[in-house]
Amino acid sequence: MMNLHSSFLYRKMVDRGMAVVCALLFLVAFIPLLSVLWLVITKGAAGLSWDFFTQLPKPVGEEGGGIGNALIGTLAMVAIACVLGLPLGVGAGVYLAEKGDGTIGNTIRFMAEVLSGVPSIVIGIVAYALVVKPMGHFSALAGGVALAILMIPTLARATEELVRLVPGSLREASLALGVPNWKTSMRVVIRTAMSGIVTACLLAVARAAGETAPLIFTALNNQYWNFDPRAPTASLTVQIYNYAISPYDDWHTKAWTASLVLLLVVGMLNVASRVMTRSRLKGAR
Amino acid sequence: MTAGCNPACERTFHRDVTGPSPTTLKASRVKAIQSLSATRTLSTTHRSHTMKKLLMGLALLAGTAASAGDLLINGAGATFPAPIYQKWFSEYNKLHPDIKFNYQAIGSGGGIKQFTEATVDFGASDAPMKDDQIAKVPGVVHIPTVMGAVVVAYNVPGVTSLRFSPQTLANIFLGKITKWNDPAVVADNPSAKLSDLAITVARRSDGSGTNAIFTDYLSKVSEEFKTKVGSGTSVNWPIGLGGKGNDGVTGLVKSTPGSIGYVELVYAIQQKLPTADLKNKDGNWVKASIESVSAAAATADIPADYRVSITNAPGKDAYPISGFTWLLVHKDNKDAAKGTAIINFLKWAIADGEKLAAPLDYAPLPASVQQRVLKTIGELTVNGTKVSAK
Amino acid sequence: MADAAPAVLDAHAEGGHRGPGNLGDRVFNGVLWTLGIMVLVVAGLIVLNLALVARPLAKEHSIWGFITSTEWNPIEEHYGALPFLYGTLVTSAVSIVLAVPIAIGLGLFITQFAPPKLGRVLTIPVELLAAIPSVVYGLWGLFVVVPWLRSAIEPWLGKYFGWVPLFTGPPIGLGYLASGLILAVMILPTIVAVSVEVMKTTPEANREAALALGATKWESVMMAVIPYSRAGILGAVLLGLGRALGETMAVTMVIGNAPQISASLFAPGYSLPAVIANEFAEAVSSVHIGALAGLGLILFATTFILNAAARVLVTAVQKGPGRISG
Repeated sequence: MMNLHSSFLYRKMVDRGMAVVCALLFLVAFIPLLSVLWLVITKGAAGLSWDFFTQLPKPVGEEGGGIGNALIGTLAMVAIACVLGLPLGVGAGVYLAEKGDGTIGNTIRFMAEVLSGVPSIVIGIVAYALVVKPMGHFSALAGGVALAILMIPTLARATEELVRLVPGSLREASLALGVPNWKTSMRVVIRTAMSGIVTACLLAVARAAGETAPLIFTALNNQYWNFDPRAPTASLTVQIYNYAISPYDDWHTKAWTASLVLLLVVGMLNVASRVMTRSRLKGAR
Repeated sequence: MTAGCNPACERTFHRDVTGPSPTTLKASRVKAIQSLSATRTLSTTHRSHTMKKLLMGLALLAGTAASAGDLLINGAGATFPAPIYQKWFSEYNKLHPDIKFNYQAIGSGGGIKQFTEATVDFGASDAPMKDDQIAKVPGVVHIPTVMGAVVVAYNVPGVTSLRFSPQTLANIFLGKITKWNDPAVVADNPSAKLSDLAITVARRSDGSGTNAIFTDYLSKVSEEFKTKVGSGTSVNWPIGLGGKGNDGVTGLVKSTPGSIGYVELVYAIQQKLPTADLKNKDGNWVKASIESVSAAAATADIPADYRVSITNAPGKDAYPISGFTWLLVHKDNKDAAKGTAIINFLKWAIADGEKLAAPLDYAPLPASVQQRVLKTIGELTVNGTKVSAK
Repeated sequence: MADAAPAVLDAHAEGGHRGPGNLGDRVFNGVLWTLGIMVLVVAGLIVLNLALVARPLAKEHSIWGFITSTEWNPIEEHYGALPFLYGTLVTSAVSIVLAVPIAIGLGLFITQFAPPKLGRVLTIPVELLAAIPSVVYGLWGLFVVVPWLRSAIEPWLGKYFGWVPLFTGPPIGLGYLASGLILAVMILPTIVAVSVEVMKTTPEANREAALALGATKWESVMMAVIPYSRAGILGAVLLGLGRALGETMAVTMVIGNAPQISASLFAPGYSLPAVIANEFAEAVSSVHIGALAGLGLILFATTFILNAAARVLVTAVQKGPGRISG
């Protein structure tokens, strides 16, 4: 227990000292961030070129090549994940907000929160069992399913919070005017929360774009252009992994450049969500 | 926003998303109602933006079935021959632009598995399938393609030339020799400057044909290795860092001072790693090369199904850790287009592709074996009928 | 309220009547319910699939034998989870030891010591840390952290603290220490975020009471904020731990992939997610696949329990006694 009767000077020193320590800890946390960003930018920027974005990867030893197919692959699988995961996730969130105050609602809420912490590799195993084995081969579809499963719990929780924030008076006004319950929910409540929901979706997409583990044994990899969701597909993250653990310096450089691209994509999505949030709040103010 | 970022943590950083604290909620309620029309416009535009994004994504997926004219054949397997296979597939694609071979080097173990489960159209392995594995895929044919050498690469600062006798090598990989200046290593290398740097073993973490060839050799020369570790695509290594694929082990050796590992020759050459001379069965110190690998295969008795081990082969110039590598295909292919393409590719590979082997330091098949393999390929069928030469 | 009218009138103008048993309502509620249940379905699918795939393993091994055996031999079909459990626990422990003090310090700084505007700005770098994908951390780990450990840190630790079993063995860079270090950086944002959230809920009255009694800022923090947020901070730590346990790519790239148990932090090891990532694509026998799925089940169960416990702790604090606002 603090002895408040110790010398005041000593206590003041401790106070200042701890504030400084906490500030210094910030620098300690800053260093890895700066290191990662610095390295990705300096080592990766050199490799940026139009070719890098549009070409296929070349075999070992041959100069050039790029990540064109990996970019398309990531976009395609994220798109599949959105088609599958957004409706389910947002829908579950709306359910929780509208009708989720009973035992079932509480269970669902609890499960969603806990599921969002499940390691993505476990989700990969599930997607393998659900999609790859029945189909008989690896596919972008399996990768998309894995990503969708990852998105659902996060979206459900975020959407629920957003819809709950819509003022009750809005709903009451609508009901008072004779609008049916379901129309009130859809046209008034959800509509108002929509921009927030889109923000949450952007964040879920950013997360899905950065995943590697669940794609390793669902979508495998592919060194050609692929637009068939039923075939193995390259992805930005798996490509970075393959390049990174190879012994080839040329591939290491490509890994940094691909990381730069990935960070830019993820970064832009995060910034977009922030900007939307700010504009939404501005509008509401 | 990567794995496990709990919505609670999202809540803080996107407080604006989830909302301000209850005290300000009342105020924002009023403001929300007052500017409802503004938010409505905002939300409709955002909703249509999301719709547009969705539609664009779907269009990209659906509309680009345009390239469906090309034939894509999927294969997976060994990293040992991956450089030559990549070269072959690339060259073959230049000759036949509408046929694409997608080869994923995931290790021989992976190749056998994927082929067995029919998730790929062909497999590749440096470890011939065992009888119980063949029982699961009746009708599998092993097509030998090239021969390669598994070399012992090392990274000892200041040392560029080393050699290992069979016993020393086995004991290093058993973990019994732990320092570079161990008497056994010094005995093999009287003139080398060795310090008491610790030996770090690098070996395969995945199911590997390279692993199979290497452990097969060690099991032949060391009874202790045979009982303690055994041989096969995956063994219970007592020590060592695990690398994924030949690439992984090469990378480990390249970056870790004091390390020693086993990789296919071309990987060591490309990464400029020094490789050790080994003592062969006849007692001569031999370097890995196309000639010494070919010498190892010269005396081998190759059975009808081509499954043979040529490690520790007799012959004064034979390199002791040599091996064949095989493509795994179906005797009778059910898919007409793919089957025809695979068979035609195999004919090209054995007839013309072999010329590309030497520049990459793989030994081409001995002439007699080539003839036999071409005949075997001629026996492969598509839905019961043989494929005429293209 | 006049501005609320347009949206509401629009909805009304498009027709529909309210009343019990309204078809529109029933359909809507039904759709919502289905979507809501999907979360439970997904959870069920995960558990079911893992259990199904793991069944061949259960026929060959006892569960206890699986968890405690140290041998992982796909050739002879002996599977033991212990080396991976050990590796996962050690790397997570290292990451928690490194990250928690820093995270709590950061949380305190953001909520207590820094002016509010600065506090908001300072959450941005922490947020950025959270947004970096795992594979990029792995890349950074391979090319920055591992060489740094190998050439600078591990030799130094070995020289001065070599008598501690934790710091013995050749400094190869790869291994438990590297993984723990990178994990610490990765879980920092999680712990900071939840801690900040929890610390902010400390009732102002408690802090002000301490200050009124003449405490310095630091003392008021120690007297009012920390005791109040203790449970929540523990919850934050559990969440961070959960994330550390399940992290795959970054750990796979720097842990050395050696299924052994070593006392030293310098030694290479293996973790549950890493072995699944490395071996799943090539596991041939159903027992091997079953063993990997069994590891997945262990992972799922552990993170499930941790996240559940964390949630209980964090919400307990947030709904805690003495909330004045709201």
